[in-house]
This record gives sequence, C-alpha cells and structure tokens, in this order.
Amino acid sequence: MTKVTTTNYKTIKLWKISERDKRPEGYNLKEEDGRYRDPTTVTTLRVPVFRPMDLMVEASPRRIFANAHTYHINSISINSDYETYLSADDLRINLWHLEITDRSFNIVDIKPANMEELTEVITAAEFHPNSCNTFVYSSSKGTIRLCDMRASALCDRHSKLFEEPEDPSNRSFFSEIISSISDVKFSHSGRYMMTRDYLSVKIWDLNMENRPVETYQVHEYLRSKLCSLYENDCIFDKFECCWNGSDSVVMTGSYNNFFRMFDRNTKRDITLEASRENNKPRTVLKPRKVCASGKRKKDEISVDSLDFNKKILHTAWHPKENIIAVATTNNLYIFQDKVN
Amino acid sequence: MFTRGLKRKCVGHEEDMEGALAGLKTVSSYSLQRQSLLDMSLVKLQLCHMLVEPNLCRSVLIANTVRQIQEEMTQDGTWRSVTPQEAGRAPLDRLVSTEILCRSAWEQEGARPAPGLGDGHVQGPVSDLCPVTSAQAPRHPQSGIWELDSPREDRGGFHKSLDQIFETLETKNPGCMEELFSDVDSPYYDLDTVLTGMVGGARPGPCEGLEGLAPATPGPSSSCKSDLGELDHVVEILVET
Repeated sequence: MTKVTTTNYKTIKLWKISERDKRPEGYNLKEEDGRYRDPTTVTTLRVPVFRPMDLMVEASPRRIFANAHTYHINSISINSDYETYLSADDLRINLWHLEITDRSFNIVDIKPANMEELTEVITAAEFHPNSCNTFVYSSSKGTIRLCDMRASALCDRHSKLFEEPEDPSNRSFFSEIISSISDVKFSHSGRYMMTRDYLSVKIWDLNMENRPVETYQVHEYLRSKLCSLYENDCIFDKFECCWNGSDSVVMTGSYNNFFRMFDRNTKRDITLEASRENNKPRTVLKPRKVCASGKRKKDEISVDSLDFNKKILHTAWHPKENIIAVATTNNLYIFQDKVN
Repeated sequence: MFTRGLKRKCVGHEEDMEGALAGLKTVSSYSLQRQSLLDMSLVKLQLCHMLVEPNLCRSVLIANTVRQIQEEMTQDGTWRSVTPQEAGRAPLDRLVSTEILCRSAWEQEGARPAPGLGDGHVQGPVSDLCPVTSAQAPRHPQSGIWELDSPREDRGGFHKSLDQIFETLETKNPGCMEELFSDVDSPYYDLDTVLTGMVGGARPGPCEGLEGLAPATPGPSSSCKSDLGELDHVVEILVET
C-alpha cells in the first residue's frame, strides 16, 4: 500500500494506492456476478476462498486539504517525520498535518502589502530529507532560501540565502527569466541540493551559500535563441530534476523528447530520447547529440530541427534501483539499466 | 541579440550632430530590437490577465523584463527623446506606469479565493472590456494619478507615461485580429471588438534571424501601435479589473 499526494493548483488530496490480485469466490448468499441468491435454494454451505485475478491498481482519496491557497500550488513536500507536509504557492508556504484537513499553518509569506511592489515569487519548496525542521524554497530571481522552523513561527527570515553572482558577460534582458528556478531537490544524503533553471542544473553544498559547487549545462545551444523562446513562451517552461539513489547522477529533461543525465564523478553526460518511433522496447537507448552550429555530423540533430512542443518536464529516479520514469506530453516511459 | 555588449549608436551624439529633435530618429538595430521586445512584452502582459487562470510567475517575469527595458531606455535617453516635453520628469513616474500595468493582473489573480470561482471570472474580463466608456472608478486609492473620471480630458502624468509606451508601439491594420486570436477559445473572441485598432499585423520579428525555430503560436508576438486617440481605449482595458 502506498500513499500519494496530488494537487491541482489549489486543492491537495491524499490517496491510498493499493494493488489487488486476488478476489474472493464462493459466497453462499451471492452469485459470482453479485446477484443475491434465494436463501431457500441454498442446501450446502461452503467457505469462500481467494482466487487469483488480473492485477488491479486502485486509488482512493483519503484526505482532501482545500481552501488554504489563493495562488497556484507549485510544490508539495512530505516531511521526514511522515506526519507533516508543506505546500507552496507563488507567495505562501503552508504546513499541514496529514491527519488534519481543515487547518494549516502559514510558515512563509512573501506577499507585499502593495501588490505593485511584487517582483519575485516562490517557485519550488522542499523539506530536508533528514532534518524535519529544515526546508528550502526557490524564487523566480534564482535564489534559494533555507529556513529553520524552530527559529520562528513565520519563517520570513531565512537561515541561509543561496545565490550565485550574475555573469556580466552573459547579461541580457532575459537573464532574470532564465535564472528563475523551476525545481529544487535535496540529495538523498541531505548534504547537497540541486536546482534547475532554464539552461542549467546546479548542485549546491548546503554549507556554501555564495555559489554552486557544480554546474551542468543542459542545452546551452538555446542561449542564442532566447528571444524566440520568449516569443513562443518556451522560456517559461518549468523543468524538474532528480537524483539517482546514490546521488552520483542527476537527470533532467529538455526539448525534442530528450532528457539528460550527468555523472557527478566521471563528469560525463549523456543525452537520450524518449520516443516510440526511435526506440523499440528492450533495446538499448542510443545517445543523441545536438549540433549547436557549423557542420552537422551524421545522426546529430541541428538546433533548428528541435521540436519545442515535445518537452520532458517531469522525470523521476527510483530511490534504490536504476529505473527511471520520464514523462513526455502524452506518454510515460519507464527505462531501466541494461540487465546483463 | 540583446546583450549589453552589442554595438549600438549613441542617440545623444546624433542629436548633437543633427541638431533636430522631433519625431523618431534614425535608431540602431539594437534599439529597434529592444523596442520590439518591449512591444511583445506589453502584449504578453495584457493577454496574461485575460486568462481564466493567470500565471502569476509568468506575469511577474514579463513585468520585470518590461521594467528593465524601460530603465535602460531611460538611462539611454531614448525614452526621454520620444516626448521631449517630458524632459524634466523624474524617471520614477515612468516606471510607476509599468507597475500599474501589471497591478490589475496580479490583483485579479490574488483576489479570487480558492473554490468555485472559475465561471464567474470568465465573465468578468469580457463583459468589463466590451462597453468601453469614459467613466472608470478609481482603482487605487493611494495614488492620485488614478483620477480617471474623465480620462479624455484629464491627461495627467499617468496618461503621459502610458502615452509614451503606446506611442512607440507599431501596427499594421486592424484586420489581422483573427490571426492573433485564431487559436484562442471562443469566449475570448469578443476581445476582437475591444482590441481592434490596437493590435494586429504580421510580426516584424525581433527575432528575425531565428525564424527557423519551431513555429510559435500566433499569439502575443505581434507588435502593435495605436495613435493617440486609441490610448484612452487602451488605458481602460488595462485598468479594467
């Protein structure tokens, strides 16, 4: 049995997911199709038994947490105490108890008194995997704030502020938009966190606030196309990122149904494609390459041929196995490590 | 592109050389691109708060971009040069107008409580926009510039600021409204009547060299212009919330 939380912008639901692969047969008072038997026709008694059936997965809503958010929810994060969780919208973060649906505590509020002064919103939030009083939230200006709930009831003063100084040589009118963080994820160890902005993935050491310890370029070839991507709104796409179980590899999505993995130890990276046309089931995925400029080699794809409607925004990595889930617009792909 | 390192002409220097001032000067391609970006952003902002579920993050990012462009144009003196009679005005007043542009979008997003307000909201923007008459109640109690009882007569500081923005917008003919809204759901088709004359035309393309990129939806990319007579019309659209 598993529990899953979902949100649809303003309401959060807690679901119980269960699998059923057996069903009882041989009732005395009911036929197999559910109709009741006439008791006067029953002459012998039998004990119902469980017989195998096709696996069925059922989801049933167990809790509904509503009416606490005015703006769109962008994150839910369960605490390591497995009793509380947070939900974050553009301007506020609320703390809930899993058993209490009619009340939540507001722990972060960045709504200005005068909405005209609003220049920054919350984009993602997550609890620390080990420390149940610590959480982080990211902003549209590329900053991450780490907060300790023990410090005060309303965590509007951060314990740490993570921000990388801007690179003046890359400055443009789009600098702020592409610095907006779309996802923040702690490593399983709790020592690092990863952020995803439009063009890159950054790894931060929680002990160092002034710059990330590692930066990986997801699709740097898009930097010269930012104006077009602004025009067609792709620049506002929010990509997620994830860690593998041992925190040695990170993964994130891109366009053209490509997704990227970066090995933090070997510093190697790979681009793969989630597509039915190009991959038969059970075949090894072929690495892909985008040709940024100049002569295109065979099998490379030029930037101008990329399909920007095929975006992989959501990816997940099994916490223990090398199994990944990758979501394209209409399909969910599950990939696993080649089994020798 | 729009990097600061891009070589561009110094407008002030040209003015000295030629000694004339009125109207648009010969501007460098950087200025034209920057202007196109500003136009595009303003249209995006306007379309932002016409959505049933506006995206606050996106609105804020676009508004910040508009503000950046405005600040740079103010520093360049190019903002000032469009309306020379504004020479004495402090830059802050011009920046205020952008805040107000965005304010109606954010107030709208923030004002709705959580459940069941979707349908009421759909009616709101369209019905408020269609009968565009002169009288509009002041929205913002704090700011004196929001005395909009008779916007046609009262061309105070606020209007001047918006004037500057919209004077620099470019247009073709109003007939291309269909193209702009061709893939928008039918409830919003009524916006045509309101925006006719303000928005339209083929994209001159601030990103001309990059057209090879995947086709964008025919949405907010059109640049737009209105003459002064349309500006009040536009002001009322933007303050409608």
